[in-house]
Amino acid sequence: MKILVCISNVPDTTTKIRFTDDDTRFDTASVQWIINPWDELALTRALELKEGSGGSIEKVTVVNVGPKESEPTIRKALAIGADDAVRIDAEPLDAHVVAGELAGHIRNNPYDIVLCGIDSSDYNGSLVGGMLAELLDLPSVSSVSKLNIENDEITINREIDGGSEILSTETPFVAIVQKGIALEPRIPSMRGIMMARKKPLNVVEAAGAEPLTEFVRFELPPPKAACKMVDEENIRELVALLHNEAKVL
Amino acid sequence: MSVIVFVENWDGKFKKLSFELISYARQIADKSGSRVIALSIGTVEDDELHKLGNYGADKILKVEDERLNSLINKAYASVITQAAEKESSDTVLFSHNATGKALAPRVAVRLKAGAVTGVTEIPSSLDPFEVKKKVFTNKAFANVRVRSVKNVLTLFQNSVEIKETENNAEIEAFDAEIRDQDFKTRVLEVNKITGKVLLTDAEIVVSGGRGMKGPEKWQPLEDLAAELGAAIACSRPVSDEGWRPHEEHVGQTGKIIAPNLYFALGISGAIQHLGGVSSSKYIVAVNTDKDAPIFEAADYGIVGDVHKILPELTGEIKKMKDA
Ligand SMILES: Cc1cc2nc3c(=O)[nH]c(=O)nc-3n(C[C@H](O)[C@H](O)[C@H](O)COP(=O)(O)OP(=O)(O)OC[C@H]3O[C@@H](n4cnc5c(N)ncnc54)[C@H](O)[C@@H]3O)c2cc1C
Repeated sequence: MKILVCISNVPDTTTKIRFTDDDTRFDTASVQWIINPWDELALTRALELKEGSGGSIEKVTVVNVGPKESEPTIRKALAIGADDAVRIDAEPLDAHVVAGELAGHIRNNPYDIVLCGIDSSDYNGSLVGGMLAELLDLPSVSSVSKLNIENDEITINREIDGGSEILSTETPFVAIVQKGIALEPRIPSMRGIMMARKKPLNVVEAAGAEPLTEFVRFELPPPKAACKMVDEENIRELVALLHNEAKVL
Repeated sequence: MSVIVFVENWDGKFKKLSFELISYARQIADKSGSRVIALSIGTVEDDELHKLGNYGADKILKVEDERLNSLINKAYASVITQAAEKESSDTVLFSHNATGKALAPRVAVRLKAGAVTGVTEIPSSLDPFEVKKKVFTNKAFANVRVRSVKNVLTLFQNSVEIKETENNAEIEAFDAEIRDQDFKTRVLEVNKITGKVLLTDAEIVVSGGRGMKGPEKWQPLEDLAAELGAAIACSRPVSDEGWRPHEEHVGQTGKIIAPNLYFALGISGAIQHLGGVSSSKYIVAVNTDKDAPIFEAADYGIVGDVHKILPELTGEIKKMKDA
């Protein structure tokens, strides 16, 4: 079995968000880049599954659609433990481009399980996994919080409003993962970092998938009014404010 | 031309967000002079379906089939696409919840439609189609232009007002083609938590952080939630340490919520926490540290010990309600 983990290269979660060029572009100056948190958990789970598979999972590959600048993030995924990596050399202009490029690659290099995160913390599309599955005509399961393989049988937990479900699926399929898929993201070891330098990072030419959407202008939320402080000896006032002013009680 | 809305049901019932979707679709349809078609998949009584007309659905398509009793993405996407094609829909609308996120991308590919997820406003223009969405996990917005003829949208919860209209809706059974090969995934078991207010539905959320000091100290917070009919949430370290169940975790890596009122109790207000709650209409913070970042995001704040304040707060709310 082969597992593919699709990773997005995103600004660190503490990044102060700013825009340039008349608010038409995200300002990348002094931004630290990381593996999208969900994708990092997906990779962690893929590695756990491989290690527990007694050899039936041969390989965990990571793939990123992005320019050369995303290579440090891809190397980090190799350092965490992926066996090899693919970078499809295209600007990830929208989810349709990313999914289209991924689908093109997977058609020629089939995998049994494709893992994607539920959302990318930059543009919050929640689209790539589902689009990819549709382009490849594969089943997809979204909101996946657990993924297990026993004797090649797949069991999945899917979170639903107010509960969860257990599903089975045929392979190949696309799992779109969220909280629960792995407890903590794996951190690269010194040895992992050394080895990552020698692992293959194959750069593949883009197939030319077209964007269907365009981000024309960004805006920051309006500044918030100052917090009204209420004295701790005067809880009644807080309740009155919530009732009369905010009208939420 | 039409705007088609996929309306999910929960055990045969609709929720507030279903009506938000219809109200939103109505506003687009009024701008473009088209019709609102609601599409329901699964078993829902006609009385319940008819309610969708109160918010502006012109027609309600229903698809009932045993095999569609649980969500199978491929099969659902196929049915929704067939309905959108039959109704010549330019816009297909979903909620920005788990189901919407599972289906919207598949339907977008089938219809060759540009997809915009987490939209918060009525499109500012229909030609070219341009609409505002959330980006950077609640930290910014983007105006997105769709280049294709059709578009697929998911609507962020609690971002539009529900408007009632005259009800002229007709209900029509839609005989979609359902293919066996679309059922390669199967639901084996369903486990539901009962008797709790769901975080994603709640108007009021009461949330505790590490400042609550330990799992055995949650009773006063639960009392407040019970008094308010609120759902309970927590910060990530609280669920990581097993003080509270993981489904209560809110934030960037937990649930993203937008209630009318959010109580942050002993929560510092880390940027990743705020990502999940800053869309709340009002935030109340209680924290011993007057410099805690949560006060920058809050509307009302009290500097003090949660354990002293919680019982008093619950008491005062009770008094106000009794008065
Ligand atoms: C990639 C990534 C993703 C993350 N995702 C999330 C997420 O989804 N959700 C999330 O919550 N966090 C997330 N975090 C963690 C986040 O950075 C913070 O560590 C976390 O939110 C802090 O939780 P807290 O506020 O409960 O605890 P703390 O930061 O420890 O704050 C506790 C607060 O309680 C106050 N306090 C202490 N005693 C009392 C008392 N008696 N009365 C009143 N106040 C008191 C303190 O002053 C302090 O402000 C993420 C982090 C990373 C790196």
